[in-house]
Amino acid sequence: MAEQVIPAWKRWLEGIGEQGAFFSRFVRNIFAGGFEWSEFVRQCYEIGYRSFTLVGITSFIMGLVLILQLRPTMVDFGAESMLPRTLSIALIREIGPVITAIICAGKIASSIGAELGSMKVTEQIDAMEVSGANPIQYLVVTRIIAAAVMVPLLTLLGDVIGLLGGFLAINLTDEVSFFLYFNKCIASIEFYDLFPAFIKTIFFGFAIGFVGCYKGYNSNKGTESVGVAANSAVVMASLWIFVIDAIAVQITNLLYYQ
Amino acid sequence: MEKETAQKYHRESDTMEDEVVIHIKGLKKSFGNKEVLKNINLDVKKGENVVVLGRSGQGKSVTIQCIVGLLKPDEGELTVFGEDVTEMSDDELKQLRIKIGFLFQSGALYDSMTVRENLEFPLTRVLKMKDQAEIDQRIEEVLEGVGLLDAMDKMPSDLSGGMRKRIGLARTIIVKPEIILYDEPTTGLDPITSREISELILTLQKKYKTTSIIITHDLECAKITADRIVVMNEGEYIAEGTLEEMLQSDNELVKSFLRDIS
Repeated sequence: MAEQVIPAWKRWLEGIGEQGAFFSRFVRNIFAGGFEWSEFVRQCYEIGYRSFTLVGITSFIMGLVLILQLRPTMVDFGAESMLPRTLSIALIREIGPVITAIICAGKIASSIGAELGSMKVTEQIDAMEVSGANPIQYLVVTRIIAAAVMVPLLTLLGDVIGLLGGFLAINLTDEVSFFLYFNKCIASIEFYDLFPAFIKTIFFGFAIGFVGCYKGYNSNKGTESVGVAANSAVVMASLWIFVIDAIAVQITNLLYYQ
Repeated sequence: MEKETAQKYHRESDTMEDEVVIHIKGLKKSFGNKEVLKNINLDVKKGENVVVLGRSGQGKSVTIQCIVGLLKPDEGELTVFGEDVTEMSDDELKQLRIKIGFLFQSGALYDSMTVRENLEFPLTRVLKMKDQAEIDQRIEEVLEGVGLLDAMDKMPSDLSGGMRKRIGLARTIIVKPEIILYDEPTTGLDPITSREISELILTLQKKYKTTSIIITHDLECAKITADRIVVMNEGEYIAEGTLEEMLQSDNELVKSFLRDIS
């Protein structure tokens, strides 16, 4: 038993060390000069534009369902007028960033993991390395930064679309004008609702890009490992999202609510 | 006939220099408990074509991956152009790699890029070329050299296995390396395409005056391209010489190997 536990710990520690080394290569290459702008723009398109529909639909349904779920309880308390405020705070502070990040972990981290994993299997990364080119700069830096830029933007768009879903849900039973609804939503949002949420989505995006790249870049050479890289990228990125979220809420509470 | 002409041209036009560009002595490499390279000794002279023959899994590819710094050997001397590869920093290794071309077994074309972009990649990223006219001229020159000028705007997925190898070869030679390492260049190809690729290797070697190590288990490829043949078995070189010397060797392993693959 002890023999099994020790290698497991050893592997875990080795994994941490490898991730640290990969992170250090990433940081060094950001400042190494020669940023790959064209690949960065292509990745922004792949990560942002191609995920927009999925994030939009999910956020719309999320806003709609939240209002439908909240309404009976709010009616019991005679607080129907609080629905826009409740939805906007819930969406902007927590549900929007986390749901968007989880969707992106499923879509982006897996796609980066599979793409780089397949490049590893077909020796494309080795080919880049032996040619004297810099695969970290071309493949990794661009993808991680693109994810860190696009996930916050997707979250903001998702938040707005989620509020639209809420507007539709409210109007299924009541009649509220578009301007009144959005006025109430916007009036209830403070700087400390929006800013910490936006900052944490940058970290979510970074974690999604980093984990996808790390898992793909370090996958083994075999077709099976492409699937393993994609799958473990989703699992690990999702876990990181919740860990970052837990840390972010503590920091936000310390800074703004004490 | 074509093959004989190519061989004759190869021998007659070859003026090998004595300068050793790759020096390997006592090279060892293990993966876990498996000792893949046990004791490799090899000197490759400038302009020489050395073919390493051996069955699969004998450590042939591991040897050339050590030369280019993709793998770090456990023990032994390994110098390229007189510099110790095992002690090189990342930047030194990068500079060395510019002088070494590596043709992967699969061609390893970047599948998200067109053929043109594949060829542009080392020019713009490695040689830092900026002049588009000069880049286009180089691309056209190498594509003409491998006979695939019309494939310039195709995606790798639209190419056959032989075409991929040719484009892989074009991408390798476009930076005009001094050494080219070929990892099983004819594996998975039909006999006619294999011969075409072997003859192309020879033609390009003459044109660009490169030094080559060709890893293969294709005797036909060895016949066409080799100045010298090294036979590898279980992580060691067991015989060395010209093809004729190999064919007359008394070594049972060499005889059996050449019989099996011929």
